[in-house]
Amino acid sequence: MSNAQAIGPTAPNLDWSSDQAQRRVRRRYAADRRLQAYGIIAIALAVGLLGVLIASLISTGFPAFIQTKVELPIYIDPAQVDPQDPGSGKYRALVREAVDKVVPGIPEEQKRSIGKILTSDAAYIVRDYVVDHPDVIGKTITLPIAVSDPFDQLHKGVIPKEMDALNWTQVGWFERLDNRGLVVEHDGRMSLKLDVYVNPEIVEAGPPPSGNFAVLAQSSLKAYLPRINDTSLVDMLAAEAPEVIGARIAAEPDIIGKTVQMYFPLSPHYAVLAKGETPKVLNPRFSQDQLAALDILDGKGLVRTPFNWELFFNADSRFPERAGLAGAITGSFYALLVCFLLSFPIGIAAAVYLEEFAPKNRFTDLIEVNINNLAAVPSVVFGLLGLAVFLGFFGLPRSAPLVGGMVLSLMTLPTIIITTRAALKAVPPSIREAALGVGASKHQVMIHHVLPLALPGILTGTIIGMAQALGETAPLLLIGMNAFIPSIENMGLLEPATSLPTQIFSWADSPERGFVSRTSAAILVLLGFLVIMNIVAITLRQMFQRKW
Amino acid sequence: MLGYVLLLITVLAVASYFFGRKRAAAVVGGRQQELHSRPSYHGAYVAAWVGLPSAFLVLIWLLLQGPVIDNLLLWSLPPGTVDGLTSGQISLLLSEIKSVAAGNVFSEPSLAVQDAAARYHSWQIIARWAMAAVALSIALLGLFFASRRISPEFRARHGAEHILSGLMIACSLIAILTTLGIVLSLLIEALRFFDRIPALEFFFGLNWEPQIPIREGQVTGGGAFGAIPVFTGTLLIALIAMAVATPIGLYSAIYLTEYAHPKVRAVIKPVLELLAGIPTVVYGFFAVLTVAPAMRQFGDMIGVPIAPNSALAAGGVMGIMIIPFISSLSDDAIAAVPRAMRDGSYAMGATKGETITKVLLPAALPGIMGGILLAVSRAIGETMIVVMAAGIIASLTANPLEPVTTVTVQIVTLLIGDTEFDNPKTLAAFALGLVLFLVTLALNVLALHIVRKYREQYE
Repeated sequence: MSNAQAIGPTAPNLDWSSDQAQRRVRRRYAADRRLQAYGIIAIALAVGLLGVLIASLISTGFPAFIQTKVELPIYIDPAQVDPQDPGSGKYRALVREAVDKVVPGIPEEQKRSIGKILTSDAAYIVRDYVVDHPDVIGKTITLPIAVSDPFDQLHKGVIPKEMDALNWTQVGWFERLDNRGLVVEHDGRMSLKLDVYVNPEIVEAGPPPSGNFAVLAQSSLKAYLPRINDTSLVDMLAAEAPEVIGARIAAEPDIIGKTVQMYFPLSPHYAVLAKGETPKVLNPRFSQDQLAALDILDGKGLVRTPFNWELFFNADSRFPERAGLAGAITGSFYALLVCFLLSFPIGIAAAVYLEEFAPKNRFTDLIEVNINNLAAVPSVVFGLLGLAVFLGFFGLPRSAPLVGGMVLSLMTLPTIIITTRAALKAVPPSIREAALGVGASKHQVMIHHVLPLALPGILTGTIIGMAQALGETAPLLLIGMNAFIPSIENMGLLEPATSLPTQIFSWADSPERGFVSRTSAAILVLLGFLVIMNIVAITLRQMFQRKW
Repeated sequence: MLGYVLLLITVLAVASYFFGRKRAAAVVGGRQQELHSRPSYHGAYVAAWVGLPSAFLVLIWLLLQGPVIDNLLLWSLPPGTVDGLTSGQISLLLSEIKSVAAGNVFSEPSLAVQDAAARYHSWQIIARWAMAAVALSIALLGLFFASRRISPEFRARHGAEHILSGLMIACSLIAILTTLGIVLSLLIEALRFFDRIPALEFFFGLNWEPQIPIREGQVTGGGAFGAIPVFTGTLLIALIAMAVATPIGLYSAIYLTEYAHPKVRAVIKPVLELLAGIPTVVYGFFAVLTVAPAMRQFGDMIGVPIAPNSALAAGGVMGIMIIPFISSLSDDAIAAVPRAMRDGSYAMGATKGETITKVLLPAALPGIMGGILLAVSRAIGETMIVVMAAGIIASLTANPLEPVTTVTVQIVTLLIGDTEFDNPKTLAAFALGLVLFLVTLALNVLALHIVRKYREQYE
């Protein structure tokens, strides 16, 4: 015991069961658990953000996979369409007649506005069909015709038919007045009970009484909500509210110069609010007649919502209801094809040389450093390179998939070289030594033995590189591969084109409501391609990977 | 035409492979053991001589045909036509001639232009046929040369292998050529920019209004090229992105390496890496569609006005994108700390948390720092998120709720649409590109250096 006391001063509290020590241990373990909790929170945040990203894309993109269409019976009038030359008939008139027939009794001045329910391309849809099937001239055909964007959104429930007439700040003002008991029913109308100072500088007794009663009514209302500078506050009073003051002065001229209580009727929207209901107005995109016509079409069972194949098979369009991804997918395909044809052989050759043949010297070191740095150069810089060298110096055409593919291949090369070298390294040296031992040359060892064994790894790396290239946007923007492609007939390596990511960028910039969901849908298509490519890469690796 | 020429060259090369093989077998009368190399090597040698020089020629021809014909055209114009024109006007004139030659006549072109268009058309045809003829004759010359060398003693395998090695070296040189191309193109255009705008103004000016008129009559701002607000905007957004990504990435790496069950780790790690595989244009749209409106609403609720293209929204979404870079690099760094250090700490009675914060993190710090630097360079160079979600107008502010612009946004907005290699507006993009390239390069080199030093320490 005396020994223990001798150490005592240097180790003050060796008693592990003391309260103090136990508290310390508890605190240390609490810190440990806290760190663990931070980790879980961080992971939950990251995964949650990914979830929010995917969920918001799916929820906004999903409606674009169906398209509201009207099954419109159209009589292809031989008087309007010449069977010899079906391409130049008066299809606009045919469509208008067809709409007239389905929704009878439209007054002449409404026809234009009702016609806007259908896409502006309706006449071209009919024309293309008749050109493809000339034998329908003189018959009645039923064609599904897309409705224009606002009505498509309405039918899918993305935008409402009616909107709240008052925003929540306006409702807030009203509630503040209501809470003070100022909203009362007076003479059968919902009214505001306000104190009015009948300012002798503004009104005159008359008779008849005159003056700016409107200003008086508004200023007395503003006196109740002094800090609000919103001009829409005065809309709370009905248009006839100022007359209340005039009538009152006519009845009691001696109130001039005094403060009296008056009942001002509320404007219609606020009156509805005062009855405990929510005031609504018609969405300004639609007219009452258009909605009625749409209801008639719907009532006849002509409005359908089929799967939107046109999203994949139509080219781009100014009208969201007709816009599709065919041009973008074709452009991306061409660019990726060029990228693959260039970067796959070049990447493998470079990797094989650096890994197997290159002597260790400064020059090969320089190449290696270069490759590693290129992998980290921002993609927009590659766009600048393409712009200055391929377009500016060599004069290749702007917006062409050839140039896009060349720029992308410069970006994918480092990825392919690095993964190919890893795959070559994974082939055990015994294979090489055995082949060399039976007299093969270095090149024969490479081509006959090492490359075939490394091929699965190389292909996996290449596919992953291609997937990266598919998602690249900035360099393609700089070389102009965001052209507007309304038809896919004239696409080629040297023709202007667009690509999936740049199409997403252009759509995201478009103001029409319908392009929001089209953009999300295009993103889902792009992500779909990426997922497929990655799954192929992973399966390839799992099927052919050998454990040595 | 080009397609046919390339196809012809390919067919010729394949045919000459079989020709060479047959010829080699015939030279020794079918007794293959008398040949030094197997017949297929003779074939490959001949094919290489037929295909490679002619294909190379076609490539060079294609690259140079455009500029050469352009210059010839300018020469052939009536004397005095191009005097006093800026290079922009000259290229406009050239494209007018070309569109007339292609048959797209919008207004009545001048007689000189019509003549030039006719010449352009005929020269193009001449150039095409000349290319085909020259390529074909070079291929035949190669065939003649190579097939004459076929003999029993000829070391065709060595020849073919040398050619293959040469090709491989050429391929690995492309990496250097790319870097050289980047540096030269950025440098040349940036120097042309600094000819017009003093470098001092660019690097220290506080006012950035690059939208100057390109053509007469365009209504634009005055034009000022002080890039400081652009640089500060870039830094602000990168800072916000790092503030989001660093804690999330680091803590998730700690949890995944030290606490998580292997099965959990096997699921969560790929999920986190998904974040890095999503194209950045998708993040940009996500910022515009979801994040910025949500932030605005939140700001309205607490009474703080938040701009729809605030730095916070762009930087925050960029942070999400960067999380996997930080987490996987920190993961590697923590996993690389030797087992002995960990065991030593446990043996002293430290809890897991104490081991992590007091032993593992300090030991892994260089690696983690390297990862963070790489992520910063990624954030500075990231383009699409900021192009879609950040502002275009350069303002000198540190308030994350206001819109700022970045280097990459400016590069893209300056180069989309009207690109004319002859005015400060376009060239400014290259000056910004040069700065961007140098800064990211420096960050990468520094980061890789730190990481390598750190690895050596424990090996």
